[in-house]
Amino acid sequence: MTSVKVKLKQNDIDKIKEICAAHNYEPGELINVLHQTQEYFGYLPAEIQEVISWELNVSAAKVYGVVTFYSYFTMTPKGRYPVSVCTGTACYVRGAENVLEEIKKQLDLQVGETSDDGKYSLSCLRCVGACGLAPVVLVGDKTYGRVAPDDVKGIIDEYKDKD
Amino acid sequence: MHLMVCGGTGCRASASDTIEQKLKNKLEEKNLENDIQVVTTGCFGFCEKGPIIKVLPDNTFYTQVSPDDVDEIIEEHIIKGRQLTRLLYKDPQKDETIADAKDMGFYKKQLRIALRNCGFINPENIEEYIARDGYEALGKVLTEMQPMDVIDAVKTSGIRGRGGGGFPTGLKWEFAYNNQSDQKYVVCNADEGDPGAFMDRSILEGDPHSVIEAMSICGYSMGSDTGIVYIRAEYPLAINRLKTAINQAREFGLLGEDIMGSGFNFDIQLRYGAGAFVCGEETALIHSMEGSRGEPTIKPPYPAASGYLDKPTNVNNVETFANIPVIINKGADWFAKIGNKNSTGTKVFALAGKINNVGLIEVPMGTTLREVIFEIGGGIKDNKKFKAVQTGGPSGGCLTEEHLDTPIDFDNLLAAGSMMGSGGMIVMDEEDCMVSVAKFFLDFTVEESCGKCAPCRVGNKRLYELLTKITDGKGTREDLDILRNQSNVIKDTALCGLGQSSPSPVLSTLNNFYEEYLAHVEEERCPAGQCKNLMKYIIDEENCVGCTACARVCPVGAITGEKKKVHEIDPNLCIKCGACMDKCKFNAIFIK
Repeated sequence: MTSVKVKLKQNDIDKIKEICAAHNYEPGELINVLHQTQEYFGYLPAEIQEVISWELNVSAAKVYGVVTFYSYFTMTPKGRYPVSVCTGTACYVRGAENVLEEIKKQLDLQVGETSDDGKYSLSCLRCVGACGLAPVVLVGDKTYGRVAPDDVKGIIDEYKDKD
Repeated sequence: MHLMVCGGTGCRASASDTIEQKLKNKLEEKNLENDIQVVTTGCFGFCEKGPIIKVLPDNTFYTQVSPDDVDEIIEEHIIKGRQLTRLLYKDPQKDETIADAKDMGFYKKQLRIALRNCGFINPENIEEYIARDGYEALGKVLTEMQPMDVIDAVKTSGIRGRGGGGFPTGLKWEFAYNNQSDQKYVVCNADEGDPGAFMDRSILEGDPHSVIEAMSICGYSMGSDTGIVYIRAEYPLAINRLKTAINQAREFGLLGEDIMGSGFNFDIQLRYGAGAFVCGEETALIHSMEGSRGEPTIKPPYPAASGYLDKPTNVNNVETFANIPVIINKGADWFAKIGNKNSTGTKVFALAGKINNVGLIEVPMGTTLREVIFEIGGGIKDNKKFKAVQTGGPSGGCLTEEHLDTPIDFDNLLAAGSMMGSGGMIVMDEEDCMVSVAKFFLDFTVEESCGKCAPCRVGNKRLYELLTKITDGKGTREDLDILRNQSNVIKDTALCGLGQSSPSPVLSTLNNFYEEYLAHVEEERCPAGQCKNLMKYIIDEENCVGCTACARVCPVGAITGEKKKVHEIDPNLCIKCGACMDKCKFNAIFIK
């Protein structure tokens, strides 16, 4: 289990309670609650899941089961500049694998990891729907299209001097 | 005059929103903002050439527009009335520019029903939808038709589910109608998870009202007052446009209570998917909507009898819904005449891969693969040779040259060893290794298997390992037999549609590209030159001048030879980094 030990502050707990209350403590709303909570905190560590489990009156095992089932939910915080490589079929056929290898090398990260300083994280996603631009790389919300392995350094350099 | 700027995801990614803003600013600067309207539209489909701007009423179709072109478009085209030739589409075969989209090869063979409004209207303005016969079908249904009339019309039209399965939509509606209950649900499956397919997203982004209208029609026919759209959280633009559309429909009294004074109530809620391919399966989707892990369950009971919260539920895909208002407006017979006997209407495809015109297309059923790939798609990129076309995503298969004249429909694709699927169509050329392609899809299935049943959870993992062994050059002929055998077992025993179809990429490539598998296992050779572990770097004796450049650059000392004499690469030491080949000035190093 990859999780980060966190101590929740009282106002964090209040925030989670507020989200659960907004969904009427309905166990069927679990996924919507998780969506909103992750939107607020950026990720869903075990401690947050535990609060949700109490509030909605479902077992922590069920919450954990749902969080780990869906790829959209994460238990590790994303980097400030999350780098995502599209590995949908169109991008794969146009060479996304080589681009991914180059990014791994440049950032010294494996897929699913976040750098120690919390600046970058690397993930793969399936089809962003911009197949005309394949292969596609996203840094945060910014999309880079028709990326070749040689372009990777230039893309990462754009973020070098940013915090 | 109107400037239609494509606001689809592909064009947005190439700064179409900046273009739009600059257009508006420039028009204001010239005091033209009242005469000329800038409209954000849904996807035009021709993503390869995006961002796209269409000028109305003269229909000029500008491609690959950059923010820097804005000034010139306004100065030249808008003010002086002169088309900018350099931004027009250039036909690669005839070397001439084409100004009007309808004359382009990409659009000529298309027939747009589900995509009828994409690129023509502002999806965030309900009045534009209404102006193009929007909500007319709902009005007709509510005032002139009984629920059973609607179901009969949908049945007569012959439309089959566009999400992949191809089940007759009218029958599904009838089942839901026949099951009595105090509460029923209409669900729209917008959890488009097929990698390389983006048709549902384009419809929701470009024409959300068509889905809302169709869901209301479905609700009326089966006796439901609640619709739910299950949509991927990864589609923020589609979610926003859908929300806007739902709110506008409520304001106009087209959702809510007593719609058009008919006494019929209907409203729509959203539920967000969270990234699980298996949720495209309707029982898994329903579990996910209930807040659980999206694991499928055995049918029966079918959702039509016991679905969301154990109530009768009808699940249809976005594209299926988008067709419904047209069927009602133009008549079921009109629709049934399009396409083939058993596959009526049109199908939207996301055409991608090694093809010149990547984009979203809609063609009548029965169009051949050749027409789609070579006429609409403009042929293979860089004049390479066509090798295969993959349809149906991870559940489909790879078809070859011999299938090119197959008319596309549900049954033909299935008979050829692939399937319609949701409409992903990926074209591959001679440089794509089919074993690697099968491995790519298995990698996807292994990741997306929900883990509930062993054939899918364990079996696909084993298939993936075998494919890895083969692409590493360690496979044997026996492995090919195991591969086939095991694929058949998974197909026969897996619980849901995902598992049952997951071996299709393996089986179809085994059937159509057996030679290529053999080359991998018997000759340790990858004919496409893609499997790195099977590549051999070889020095051509005739071209090598013995300059020693390659030997000096080789990081592992695998290259030996005396000065001015032919060098040699030791295949056991070579790590296939390619440094020697980059360095050689005499083209003396090649890959075999």
